Amino acid sequence: MSEILVHMEGITKKFPGVMALNGCRFELRKGEVHALMGENGAGKSTMMKILTGVYQKDEGSITYKGRTVEINHPKAAQDAGISMIHQELNLAPDLTVAQNIYIGREPRRKLGLFLDEKALNRQVEALFERMGLVMDPSALVADLTVARQQMVEIAKALSYNADVLVMDEPTAALSEAEIEDLFRIIRQLRAEGVGIVYISHRMDEIKRITDRITVMRDGQYIATVPTAEVSTQDIISMMVGRQIYDTSKPEGVSRDRETVLEVQGVSRGRVLSDVSFTLKKGEILGVAGLVGAGRTELARVIFGADRPDAGEIRVHGQPVRMKGPHDAVRHGIGYLSEDRKRFGCIVDLDVKSNVAIASYRRFLKPAGWMDTGRIRQEAERIVDRLRVKTPHVDQEVKFLSGGNQQKVVIGKWLTRDCDILIFDEPTRGIDVGAKSEIYKLLNELAAQGKSIIMISSELPEILRMSHRIIVMCEGRITGELGHEEATQENIMQLATAAM
Amino acid sequence: MNLQLKSGALQQVLALASLVVLLVTFSISSGNFFQFSNLIGILLSTAVIGVLALGSTFVIITGGIDLSVGTVMTLSAVMTGVFITFWGLPVPVGILGGILTGALCGLLSGTAVAKMKIPPFIATLAMMMIAKGLALIISGAKPIYFTEAESFANISQGSVLGSLIPGFDIPNAVLIFFIAAILGFLILSKTIIGRYNVALGSNEEATRLSGVNVGYWKIVIYTLTGAFTGLAGVMMASRLNSANPALGAGYELEAIAAVVLGGTSLSGGKGTIMGTVIGALIMSVLTNGLRILSVPQEWQTVVVGFVIILAVYADMLRRRKA
Repeated sequence: MSEILVHMEGITKKFPGVMALNGCRFELRKGEVHALMGENGAGKSTMMKILTGVYQKDEGSITYKGRTVEINHPKAAQDAGISMIHQELNLAPDLTVAQNIYIGREPRRKLGLFLDEKALNRQVEALFERMGLVMDPSALVADLTVARQQMVEIAKALSYNADVLVMDEPTAALSEAEIEDLFRIIRQLRAEGVGIVYISHRMDEIKRITDRITVMRDGQYIATVPTAEVSTQDIISMMVGRQIYDTSKPEGVSRDRETVLEVQGVSRGRVLSDVSFTLKKGEILGVAGLVGAGRTELARVIFGADRPDAGEIRVHGQPVRMKGPHDAVRHGIGYLSEDRKRFGCIVDLDVKSNVAIASYRRFLKPAGWMDTGRIRQEAERIVDRLRVKTPHVDQEVKFLSGGNQQKVVIGKWLTRDCDILIFDEPTRGIDVGAKSEIYKLLNELAAQGKSIIMISSELPEILRMSHRIIVMCEGRITGELGHEEATQENIMQLATAAM
Repeated sequence: MNLQLKSGALQQVLALASLVVLLVTFSISSGNFFQFSNLIGILLSTAVIGVLALGSTFVIITGGIDLSVGTVMTLSAVMTGVFITFWGLPVPVGILGGILTGALCGLLSGTAVAKMKIPPFIATLAMMMIAKGLALIISGAKPIYFTEAESFANISQGSVLGSLIPGFDIPNAVLIFFIAAILGFLILSKTIIGRYNVALGSNEEATRLSGVNVGYWKIVIYTLTGAFTGLAGVMMASRLNSANPALGAGYELEAIAAVVLGGTSLSGGKGTIMGTVIGALIMSVLTNGLRILSVPQEWQTVVVGFVIILAVYADMLRRRKA
């Protein structure tokens, strides 16, 4: 049994109105990859933010390399060798890879006045060599893919001689091949004795890469188990402690149903070329493809957030020209972004304002004042119906977990009563329990006659939910599959067709 | 109720507490301070800047800034003079004209910001110069006097309250300031304009993707700020019984200072009307009190500068803790 690097015991943390952590424990050994699992809101991120000095614990103790420590600042954690790679990357896009890695610690020339770019690039090359990474240190970060940017973040963490590396949903934005790359680096670091905390919802990855699993639920510690000794089902039941909803494959929508949306020859710059498809009433249309295939770009064009260079969009048979999302919403189209915090909800506003934001005209009294009573009522109805975990509708959305934020965004469009809903990665970063609830909701909405476009990078999700699937690759639609003929294999084939 | 949750309320309590501390300190230091006439004087000197600050609050909550409110106020005053003295229009029409002048300037700034995507700092800097130049051109660089319309001076200087309640001689300017504050409060907290104002200030892109026509509402908000600015112009003209084209530049910075003292964040999304009222009062109590204590005017400005730094720093410390 190898040396224990980190031991957290009895960690308690309160936020306004929420007990985020209640007597939690966590242990990390040298040279292990340790998964931290739990539903959204279980307290994983809070626990790790305490370890990395972002938050201060209210109670409990942290032992690091055998000594009791107080980590009261992110810098203190970094100096001690504890680094975290956040879901949102923190890089300056206009600086080079090397400049980003050594930001704040730039090598200087003799007098200390001028920067030594050469020495900087040399240091970074050495670092990349250690990681087995091929990358140009002088490339601009803005020109890199998200996956490559993540590698830069890892390199940056390692450049601080990190002994503990916390990764929060590292594969969320990565393609299969990129995940392989990441895993290769993780294994190498493990062999060097780095302790890695791996936060993820993807069960297959957890099984593949981690050595032990710690499960948390509702701010409580549940258990720590060796990965090899538990089944996926065991982990899930530890995480949720309740029955998981499972859907069978959906029925195909019959051909004679009304077409609600037609996209005809839409092109935009280099990201979309000649895209055409139709969406029928009550249909869930899956849009599959690799990251960068143009799926989000397509969604944004349909929603009027970006303008197409060519092509036509018809809603209920009528050609529409959209000046902005407000026109799309007027035509009954709602869009749920993959990036909830930036584009989905307004985190500084409370739940009821977020639910009402797209539909305020519905909540006006004759004189033009807002009808706060009815807004509250509607918000409470939505919170109830979607099982949003919040103490009350006056809670600011920033205090909710990711899954609950997503529910609030769904609530926004339910309040608006849109006919066409575009879900962009609806379950990204959402735990298993909330996922099933969202699937169930999608099915309900389709059964009520709403038409849904579901963009997803998770093939099992696409296969399970879609009546029909279109596959994109490099800005084109490379194929369309009915639900009965679609398999992971033929989707992947189409998704890589143009390469 | 959890205090930390209601951060807006706490922020007002703190601002109010500093105001009370100032009042008490000055009252103890000088017997002349806590006199009815001096307190009325403080309120009167707050009125114009206060209305200006109320208007600025809206644009600042969007995360923008309006540098033009000082000179747009001047232009509105000058236009009121043009309508009443030069054209001989009735006083109420002249007042409306002054307010609309301000609103029109706001509409133009708002359009430049929302449609032409010019950063608010630049767009309103340009509007500041345009309004300054126009005020000088239109007035012939000379003050316009309201000698023909005697009732105009009563807008600011008269006292409706004094005629209703004998001895309660609160000038109309102060009354207008408080009515404008109540109006501002209702707009910010009870109407769709206010809600979109806060929403787009805290996350413009998410608001846009919720189907809110962000550009349109920004123009509405800049126009609203302009209308308040126009009102301030009318009040100033009435107070001085003349529209002086050389007055007004620099007022925008005092207005912004009052807004910031009231706890409104320059990065947008956070702010209250009540805070701005208190902020404006703190500014005038401070200058008045320092004057009564015979602090030279130059030093008063220096002290106000330091107080702004202190107030904003204290606010940020508190936020970091929360």
